Formats: sequence, C-alpha cells, structure tokens
Amino acid sequence: MSETRMSLHTPATEAEACDAVAAARAARRPLSLQGGGTRAGLGRPSNAVDVLSSAGLTGITLYEPSELVIGARAGTPVRVLEATLAERGQMLPVEPADHRRLYGRQGEPTVGGLVATNASGPRRFAAGAVRDHLIGVRVVNGFGDAVKSGGRVMKNVTGLDLVKLECGAHGTLGFLTEVTFKVVPRPETALTLLFSGLDDARAVAALTRSIGTPFEVTGAAHLPGAGGAPARTLLRLDGFASSVADRATRLSALLAEFGAPERLAEGVAAPLWDDIRDGVALGAGRDEAVWRVSVAPTRGPAVAARLAGVALRHSFDWGGGLIWVTTDPSGDAGASSIRAAVAEVGGHATLVRAPDAVRAAVDVFEPLAPPLGAVTAAIKASFDPDRLFNPGRMYGGV
Amino acid sequence: MSAIAFPAPDPSVVARRASIVAGLAALVPPECLVDSEDERRAFETDGLTAYRQVPLAVVLPRTTEEVSAVMRYLHREGIKVVPRGAGTSLCGGAIPQPDAVVVGVGKLNKVLEIDYPNRTARVEAGVTNLAITGAVSHEGFFYAPDPSSQLACTIAGNIAMNSGGAHCLKYGVTTNNVLGVRMVMVDGTVVDIGGQHMDAGGLDLLGLVVGSEGQLGVVTEATVRILRAAEGAQPVLFGFDSVEEAGDTVSAIIGAGIVPVAMEYMDKVAIEICEAFAHAGYPLDVEAMLIIEVEGSPDDMTEQLRKIIAIARQHGVKTIKESRSAAETAAIWKGRKSAFGATGRVADYICMDGTIPTGRLPEVLRRIRQITDGYGLKAANVFHAGDGNLHPLVLYDINDPAEQEKAEEAGNDILKLCVEVGGCLTGEHGVGIEKRDLMRYQFDKVDLDQQMRVRAAFDPDWLLNPAKVFPLDGRVPATPRAPLPQAAE
Repeated sequence: MSETRMSLHTPATEAEACDAVAAARAARRPLSLQGGGTRAGLGRPSNAVDVLSSAGLTGITLYEPSELVIGARAGTPVRVLEATLAERGQMLPVEPADHRRLYGRQGEPTVGGLVATNASGPRRFAAGAVRDHLIGVRVVNGFGDAVKSGGRVMKNVTGLDLVKLECGAHGTLGFLTEVTFKVVPRPETALTLLFSGLDDARAVAALTRSIGTPFEVTGAAHLPGAGGAPARTLLRLDGFASSVADRATRLSALLAEFGAPERLAEGVAAPLWDDIRDGVALGAGRDEAVWRVSVAPTRGPAVAARLAGVALRHSFDWGGGLIWVTTDPSGDAGASSIRAAVAEVGGHATLVRAPDAVRAAVDVFEPLAPPLGAVTAAIKASFDPDRLFNPGRMYGGV
Repeated sequence: MSAIAFPAPDPSVVARRASIVAGLAALVPPECLVDSEDERRAFETDGLTAYRQVPLAVVLPRTTEEVSAVMRYLHREGIKVVPRGAGTSLCGGAIPQPDAVVVGVGKLNKVLEIDYPNRTARVEAGVTNLAITGAVSHEGFFYAPDPSSQLACTIAGNIAMNSGGAHCLKYGVTTNNVLGVRMVMVDGTVVDIGGQHMDAGGLDLLGLVVGSEGQLGVVTEATVRILRAAEGAQPVLFGFDSVEEAGDTVSAIIGAGIVPVAMEYMDKVAIEICEAFAHAGYPLDVEAMLIIEVEGSPDDMTEQLRKIIAIARQHGVKTIKESRSAAETAAIWKGRKSAFGATGRVADYICMDGTIPTGRLPEVLRRIRQITDGYGLKAANVFHAGDGNLHPLVLYDINDPAEQEKAEEAGNDILKLCVEVGGCLTGEHGVGIEKRDLMRYQFDKVDLDQQMRVRAAFDPDWLLNPAKVFPLDGRVPATPRAPLPQAAE
C-alpha cells in the first residue's frame, strides 16, 4: 500500500456510508470498522489503515413498548438504548457486556459494536444471546450497497437469516447502519443467592441443579477463591417480588447440601454481576492474556482442571458453560493447551485480550474445520469480495 | 390451473432416470429407495396439496453416511435434490420436481442422547417435534417450539423452516432452541456446526442454516435445548365485542410488564368452526376471543391471572372463562390447536402466515375482511397475538379452479398488506414455492442478491431445493474471491 496516511470516514447517513465504501473499493483501501472503539483489542490485528466509523449514525429510530421492539442507528450508545427502555420499564434481555475495563479503553460501547461482537452477559444461558434478540439489521456490504435483513417484527422467517450472520461477524461482513431488537419487561426485582467456599466441581453441580428446576434462574456463576478470600457461587432469580422470595426459599431448600446461602439484594449484587458480565470478575492482571472458553456447562470444571498448568486464574459463568481464563501472554499465551482441552469436549475458545504480536501469531477465534473454513471464506466473498472490511480480523484471508 | 410456476424439468435428466436409480441402488438397500411411479406419487406434494410433482426418485437413507454417499453421487451426476422431513410444509417447501431426487430423513428417527444436566438432546433429524418432548417429559423437561403439526413434523423440517408455535413469545422459535447440527453439504461433505455449547466459534453458520429451507445442505442430526417445564400452566379465555378491545388488551398486558407464555387470538368465524368441532365451550356471541396462558408456581399464576383479568376488564371484556381443571385447560387448547383441522372439515383453505406490528392489528383485520369480501370469499382468523403472526385461513372450494385462483390472489393481497404495514410475508411457515414470487415485495434487488450470493456459497450450482424461496428469474451466482494480497493481513 503506497498511501499510508489514515482517512477517517464518519458518514451521517446510510447513503454517505455507501459512498464511502464505494470509494474505498475503487481505491482498494481496506477499512477498519469502528463503533465506540471500546473493543479495538479484540480479534486479529488488521492491515486496514482507514477507519469507517458509525459515530455519525446515532439515535433511536423506532420504539414501540407494547410491541416489545426497539431500533437504533448503529452508533447509538448502548447506554442511550438502555436508558430509553428503562423509562418504559423494559430492557434488552442480554445484559450487554461493557468491555472498557477489560481493555482499559475509553469511549462508549455502541449498539453496532454489541451486535458485531454478540457480547452477551450472564443471562445468556437462560434468555439467549444478542443474536437471539436481534430481529433486523441494515448493513452496507462491500459492493457499497445497503442491504436489509429481518425487520421490526419478532416472528419472521422470510428469506435467509442474514441477521444472525451479521451478529458476531466482527465487522467482516459489512458496515452496520441500523439494528433492531426485541426487548422484554424489566423484572420488578432480583435476588442473588451466594454460596461460599465451594470448589469448582461442587459449585457447578449446584448451578446445574438450580438451572434444572422450574425456578427460572437467570444468573449462575462461580468465582473461585483467590488471595485467601473464599470461593463465591452466585445464583440470581428475578421477577415479581413475591414470586422471587418464594422461589428463593424453595431453591435454597433444594440446595441445602451446598450450605445456607446468603441473600444479596438487587443493588448489592448488581456490581458483582456487572463485573462477571464485563470479564473483570476474575481479576486479571493488566498484563495477563484473557481467554473466553465455551463448553457444555458440566464440562467446565474438568476443562478448568486440565488447564491448571497454563491458567493463572479462571472463573465460570453461564452455569459453568463459559470459562474465563487468564494466561501468561508470552509464547502462544496457552493456545495449544486450551485448544486441545476444548477439542476433547467440544466447544470453542477465543483469545479476547493479548498483545498485538500474540494475536497476530495465534488463532484468536476457534480454528475452523476445512469445509467450514471454505464456506466462511465464500460467505465473506459474497458480502465483501475485495476484503475491504476488517480484513483478517476473524481469520486470515477472511 | 396452477398459478405458481415450476421450472421445466431437464429432459436429459428425466431420460436418465433408470441409470440414476441404478446408481442410487448401489448406495442404499432396496427398502430405502422408492422407484415405482405409484410409490413415488406418495411424495408428490406436502401440506400445500394444491400442487403436485412426482419426483424422479425418492431415497430414504438410514444414516448420515448414507446421506453423504447419496449426495456425493447426485452432485457428481448434477442431479437436483429436494430434502424432505415429514412433508407437512404449508408453503410447498417439500414439493418435489420431476427432475429431482427427494432425499427424505424419515428413517433417521432415533433419539441419540439425552443430557439432562446440560439440558440438551441430540437427535436424528427425522425425529418428530413431539417425540423430543415425549422422550424427556418424564423428567419434567420439554422441547419448546410447538408448531401445530408437532405430532407429525420432523426436527429436520423445523430447522429448515425455523418453525415457531404458540409459545414462542416466551421461549423463542427453532433458531433459539437449536445448539448444533450435523449437515451433509451438497457435495456429500459432512460438517458439524455448533454442538452442546453456547454460541458459535466463528460466523453464526448455525443461525444461517436454521430457516434456510433445505437450500444449504441436508441436516441429519441436531442438538437441541431441552428446558425444565414450569410448575404449572393455566389458560384464561376472554371474549370481546370488538377486535379493538382484544388488541388493546394484548398491548396493555405487555405494557404492564407481563409476558404470558402464549396469547392466541381467534375471530368469530374461527370460533364458530372450532367450537363446532372441539366443543371447548367457546363463546359464540363475541367478535374476538383471546386465549392467554401463564406459567409458574400456583401463587405466581394466580397473581399473573389476577393482573391480566383486571386489564381485560378495563378493556371491556365480555366473557371470562378461567380453567378450573386439567380437563378444562385441555378443552380450551383443543379448540385452538385443532383450528386448521376443524376448518378443513367445513371448507378447503389456504393458510396464510404473515406477521404484522401488533399495533396495526385492528386496521389489518379490517382490511383482510375487505380483501376477502372483494373476492367473494370468507376468511377465518387465528393467530399468535403477542407476536403479530397472523394465520388468516382463506376458505374456498378446491373443486372450483376459478375459486382457487381467487383464494390465492386474496392470500397474496393479504401478504402484501402485511409487508405494507411494516411486517413480513411469513412468520413461521417459510417461503417455499407459495411466497417465492412475492419476495420482491419485501426485499429489493440488492437484498435478494445478497441472500442468493450467500446461498450460492453453499450450493453454487443451485442443486438444493432449487425452485423454492427465490424468484426463478434473476438468480445470482457465487462471488469470485479477490486474490489474497501479498502483504499479511
């Protein structure tokens, strides 16, 4: 690339975004797609110099509380969307993760960034991921065309579901300009049951038993003991106050063998759940590499045990199915051990934080079986044949 | 008579039928191959019975390996494939064509593994929807999506169509309840997408496959979520003098922070038809009826129903019928769940499936009446009120070709109306052949071209279920990739 001076594009309309992409295509200059830039350290380093930002595309475009649907331009801060919903007693069901503390970055997480990273929080195992609640997208593809998929109704099977494909594509399949979610009523209250001192296996056994009841647990996490502090196992119930109290009593009785839980009121437990959601509850040192590992929930403790040699710390969310692991960032940052452990039980691992050089040398996302790698490359080509958008962010050549 | 066109069969393929059948016979035992015309005729249609096409041959493999061998052979020979589950599609998604081989998953019917601690079931794709719940209900678990055809329809078909049901307001549709699939691609390659864990490791290919109407591959196995059932469920039935009152009640319930597990709407025509069939005790003196179901502990249900009934009273409810027993609950649901069958006893019908923003409900129902009146036809309206997924049943006489044509035109007008008010052509039945030629009302060329390019990434030669979903003209080929740059990305 001869011209290396960075150009920043901040289109104020979808049409301007189409023009910016068309110009980049003509000039063969790849684009780094950016929302609030709070997760810029996620993914493989890309060679794109120019930036296409959604900062100029903000605002709620649709909100119908009685239809449980909200839409916003991609650069709208998640904070604004959540505040708009809260005014009418509603919320996104996914507890969007805010990764600023994990990456040590400023800026505002945007709804476009939330969609691009499918960054679901603790409620995911019960309520679904971002992709489950995203019902419509508008996206500019690498031809410079504005494409819509899905819409504003929650039941829609018309045509191929490109909405799902865009969610979690890390900006490799297009520049999101507008997203639409289905939402849920905000529960009247929440209560967290806290068990202390359980080891990983016992903790995940308690979480598993809880989720297998009809009591509708919406948070199930385990933070192993560290620095003399005892391990904490957390179960969250929410809903109408009378119902929550009743379920808490009956769930506690069912879990008597794991000890008598402490009851944490909503406001007391909320910061802890935020830490779990944002990937900082495990207390990673600033220089440690951070992995996110997804396996079947009951396999969590065995995978963590198998990683004892490389893991500096670990914690569990999603009833045991999501393991946060930190490693020494030198060498392959534990990649070979982690990939091998995951391959044994099925699942995937993502190196969510590591120095650029490590993320350039080690697969950040789970390597794909060759036929799926070929399909992934063909899908990329169908959206973005010249590989303009975040080239290499997920996989080399994609 | 047929208003929906099929592509002309490729005569060179039809002429090679005997040799193609012989090739298939080398791959599967005789009981897995349907060759005679009489027996092939059993596969000529699906739930859209007005359209019939006898397939070239039918293969019913018993294993993923057999599916793979069959697909590899057909791909090599350049033969089109129509995947088939139980053949209950209401949009013609499984209708064959004379130059295509039907690959049915009916013999892949085993539940392979149930894992209660991880709340998953791994099943072969020909297992019926209800059989999954049947396999886990003794432990208090269930599989959530519940299309009305759940006794017969297969999980393969549910995945192809992203099937819904009455309870998706709370539990979501198929795509929200499938964690993994094993799929045979068009060239016979077997891939595993997802698994027992949550979320994808790369692009969300699973989300793409669900709802792809058999155009990306043949799914042979699925890992689905099973959920612990609520302690109890209780419906309440409301009758209203006007559509508006019923619609406002639905909006007000959601506005009050209550999401019932189901909210079903029936209009006067539907109530009369269903009551005559099911004797459920439905009120016959109302214009609109809602069945609203809540779940939870006994105290929880009592509290939710108290709030819901208070809201209905504020909106002028005329009849309130609370279920006092399991038998009454069953009767209330029997009427609703038999709506399609009961309607079939009094008339032929086409079942539409558009979705609308629920706020537009009264207006849309009024305009549906105008549309059907305009064609001299009648419609019965049954639908999922919480999510706006309408099922107008346009009634007609199948022995009167002119009336069938009118019914199809009325149906098309209704679907265009759904798109016009901000909704979509299909909420849970799929596009199939039925809505294929309406796709341009919902999507412009750029949207459809993008979908077709993605489709072509899996099946560049358009061999899989080729006459469905996308208008027959204007197909877009796979995109050539740019050469890799010299510098590392």
